[in-house]
Amino acid sequence: MKFGTLLIHNVNGTDKHTGALSVPIYQSSTFHQEDIDNPPMYTYSRSGNPTRSVLEQAIAQLEGGTHGFAFSSGMAATSSVLSIFKSGDHVLVCEDVYGGTHRVCNGYFKRFALETSFIDAADPGKVKSKIKKNTKAIFLETPSNPLLKITDLREMVRIARENDLLVLVDNTFMSPYLQRPLELGADVVIHSATKFIGGHSDVVGGLVVVKDESLAGRIYSVQNSFGAILGPQDSWLLLRGLKTLKVRMDFQQKSAQRLAEWFAGHKGISHTYYPGLEGHPEREVHFAQADGAGAVFSFQTRRVDTARRLMKKLKLAAVAVSLGGVETIVSYPVKMSHASMPVKERERLGILNTLIRVSVGLEETEDLIADFDSALRP
Amino acid sequence: MKIETKAVHGFKGCDPATGALSFPIYQSATFKHPGLNQSTGYSYSRDQNPTREEVERTVALLEGGKHCLAFSTGMAAVDVLLKTFSPGDHFIVSEDLYGGTYRLFEQSRKYGLDFTYLNTFHVEQVKAAIKNNTRCIYLETPSNPSMRVSDIGALVGVARSAGILTVVDNTFLTPYFQRPLEQGADAVIHSGTKYLGGHNDTLAGFLVVADEKMGEDLKLLQMSTGATLSPFDSWLILRGIKTLGVRMIKCQQNAMLIAGWLKRHKNVERVYYIGLPEHEGYDISRKQAAGFGGMISFTVKDTGLVEQILGKVRLISFAESLGGVESLITYPLVQTHADIPKEILERLGITDRLLRLSVGIEDVEDLIEDLEQAMR
Repeated sequence: MKFGTLLIHNVNGTDKHTGALSVPIYQSSTFHQEDIDNPPMYTYSRSGNPTRSVLEQAIAQLEGGTHGFAFSSGMAATSSVLSIFKSGDHVLVCEDVYGGTHRVCNGYFKRFALETSFIDAADPGKVKSKIKKNTKAIFLETPSNPLLKITDLREMVRIARENDLLVLVDNTFMSPYLQRPLELGADVVIHSATKFIGGHSDVVGGLVVVKDESLAGRIYSVQNSFGAILGPQDSWLLLRGLKTLKVRMDFQQKSAQRLAEWFAGHKGISHTYYPGLEGHPEREVHFAQADGAGAVFSFQTRRVDTARRLMKKLKLAAVAVSLGGVETIVSYPVKMSHASMPVKERERLGILNTLIRVSVGLEETEDLIADFDSALRP
Repeated sequence: MKIETKAVHGFKGCDPATGALSFPIYQSATFKHPGLNQSTGYSYSRDQNPTREEVERTVALLEGGKHCLAFSTGMAAVDVLLKTFSPGDHFIVSEDLYGGTYRLFEQSRKYGLDFTYLNTFHVEQVKAAIKNNTRCIYLETPSNPSMRVSDIGALVGVARSAGILTVVDNTFLTPYFQRPLEQGADAVIHSGTKYLGGHNDTLAGFLVVADEKMGEDLKLLQMSTGATLSPFDSWLILRGIKTLGVRMIKCQQNAMLIAGWLKRHKNVERVYYIGLPEHEGYDISRKQAAGFGGMISFTVKDTGLVEQILGKVRLISFAESLGGVESLITYPLVQTHADIPKEILERLGITDRLLRLSVGIEDVEDLIEDLEQAMR
């Protein structure tokens, strides 16, 4: 079955009892137990819920894994995955990771003595040099947020294998339609499902997929005991969003390519970051591990006031945090996604006050270009 | 602004109070008044609800209409439209319309309404059928399930010179491909359950009109009879509309390839798809619509094959309805058109060998493979 079909006819088949094409929303916290010696499959919705379960199986199938887990947000997913480690363990994290991941590593897990080091994952030599005796995993994001830096997943998997590390990949920017890290050897895939998977800027959710039984057990234990689970209604909305993932991504990606080229040729813009552009660093690596450039790009304006004016004058695109929705969203990383990152660190990475990130939606491309064009005019 | 952009941004776009990109679901039955003779604009959700209002205004924007009303089903929308007429009024109706609409029309005879069903492809026949008491031409184009095309502009001309209304059920093509009000029609009907919702998970109906006064009359009737769309369903339809463009494009691409494949299949006798150049309404479709949609009907050579296909399809569901992301196959004779008399069915070609296919957005190779194995 092709991916486009799998999105629509995955485990989310028709309801067995009624034939309903749409999976039922089991808005139930608990379940009657006929026989207390043989508990049924579902007992309590924190431990498992039939609607959530369909979503979890669907994402596992789409990512090429065996077990999926749904959480109440992308950060709940990331935090739950990091919670499988113990005090004294060390995790390598790619340095331009989402600001929220940065915050949870430095602000929360540090208190429990889970050690994290931020590394430039584009440089395998540097990664190797940071591996210590207690290093247990490497956390990657490719393309990275917001500079679309590419990490060679196969190379990282090779290094990780040699050193007995787990490879965790945040696959939010690509979605399983464009990139399936488990197939490249990664161990855990994490999603902010709020983004392309939900796709409509209306649900906050997180997903995790693994392909190994024992790892699945460790994550399930955190999910069930910590309890940051996704509700039935939101699970159903994510399943609904998944059905149009391919048609949305195809359109958004095509539009992003045109827009990125347009920005790259604009005199007020000093640099455009998009793997679809010729000359984007490690572009070949990206296309060897992913099927497309995605629908997010960033650019630097030559002057700070141009960036600020753009955000003030845009009419069609929303100026907001988040990405991956049907609406075009323009973000200002220094004030939004990466506000929680120390200024010095931000500046070193190139996340400057002239940097703007664009998540391209489903509007007609011509309308978006006209909107950006008029907003960039003095 | 292009229609893709209108579909994504809706009428108000984001919530003015908070900036939320997703319009709020106002799950409230009633609204507190600031004081006597003061109103927030909302009083009771049967009358109006902010979420329903947003979906109504969005559909009006897409269809290029003045007013839109959202109903709990497509049939509820048709029912309210009928209630604007009076005993003795006569309708000319596309003869091969959805069976549920036919059933409702026939039941409305007890209120003194009269209906003549004919092939509205033939403009002259329509003209000749107009009587002194004719008040409305009711079209479904393309029609269900025989995919007949009616020339909206020409029929609007006939209706106008007779001083009567033209109503078009635009469910099959949606405003993405066809906007009858722009061609002079007075009202557009939608089963919003179909392409507008698009996910086979919500029932809804819409009635869009071009005239302010007609909109107000209908609004009063809707408020009085109360078959309104709930806030949550309104929101789900709004969510569905955001992907209308990409879904319609994909459905159509798939349908075009499937229609071509069916045409070449040895067990298929005839394919009804308005995108085929040999379709009798092809030129009219090219003129009045921007696309051909995703609905196909076809007849198989042997009746025995029908049961086999319906039993053997795996990806495609044997189910009523249409317009969703999942492909559906329907047997009109016993499902959608069961209420239509035998002689009309025969005249329309709705035989025991006719199947209707609503093409979804799955990968087209998988769909063809499914049909292939089911027809083997």
